[in-house]
Amino acid sequence: MPEPFEPRTDPDVDLRVPADRRELTARPATILAAIAAGGVLGALARAGLQHAVPHPPSGFGWATFIVNTSGCLLIGALMAVLGHLGGGHPLARPFLGVGVLGGFTTFSTYAVDVQQAVVAGAPGIALAYLAATVLGALVAVGLGDAVTAGLLRRVTR
Amino acid sequence: MTVLLIALGAAVGAPLRYLTDRAVQSRHGSAFPWGTLLVNVAGSLLLGFLVGWPAGPAVSALLGTGFCGALTTYSTFSYETLRLTTGGHRLLALANVLGSVAAGLAAATVGYAVARALTG
Repeated sequence: MPEPFEPRTDPDVDLRVPADRRELTARPATILAAIAAGGVLGALARAGLQHAVPHPPSGFGWATFIVNTSGCLLIGALMAVLGHLGGGHPLARPFLGVGVLGGFTTFSTYAVDVQQAVVAGAPGIALAYLAATVLGALVAVGLGDAVTAGLLRRVTR
Repeated sequence: MTVLLIALGAAVGAPLRYLTDRAVQSRHGSAFPWGTLLVNVAGSLLLGFLVGWPAGPAVSALLGTGFCGALTTYSTFSYETLRLTTGGHRLLALANVLGSVAAGLAAATVGYAVARALTG
């Protein structure tokens, strides 16, 4: 019988999920290494995009906006797949969810970009970026979850 | 070199987010995602400080892009908000969005101001 994957709020780790509670004591080095390796890949992908599409402090941070909204779409899709599989491979969530997508998306750059736009005298851009990222991220995660869950239901029916 | 520094920072930041989240949850039974809020606010404070400080490209890559970027997360924040909403905790979901954005911005502002004050 597959381990229960629900009820889950936190995709990184949710201590109400028995498998999450146990994973770190069962094999701490493997779990942390998977998270670190995924985090490195995600962070390098983010840095590459930010390097390719730079923006001035007074401009809209398109690279980080794309990173954060696409990462939210993907976490919605990933968690729907893992939920469907009853958790999937024990390292799938730590590597892909906590590591790759957690390392790819960033809250600190988002907050500092908003603050820097205000400092640079562009409060309108700051507000637009602030609101567009929050709304875009929430729509993306809902879409990723709903579309993936819908597809999985159709495939397995 | 920059790539290595980003990788090193991220290799520490991502596991630290996971460990912090576990530590916070083991002390709080609440449905509110305090662990994610904590890492996001702490990372915003540090990155604000680094931007205000004349940090240099190596330190920015290691601590800013690598460490702060991987410590903080938008994907976890948005998924938690989704699950709070679908789980019937709409007020908590709203509080998570408004609280995270306000606290993250405040932290970035404080970090930046402190660095500016220290460097004159």
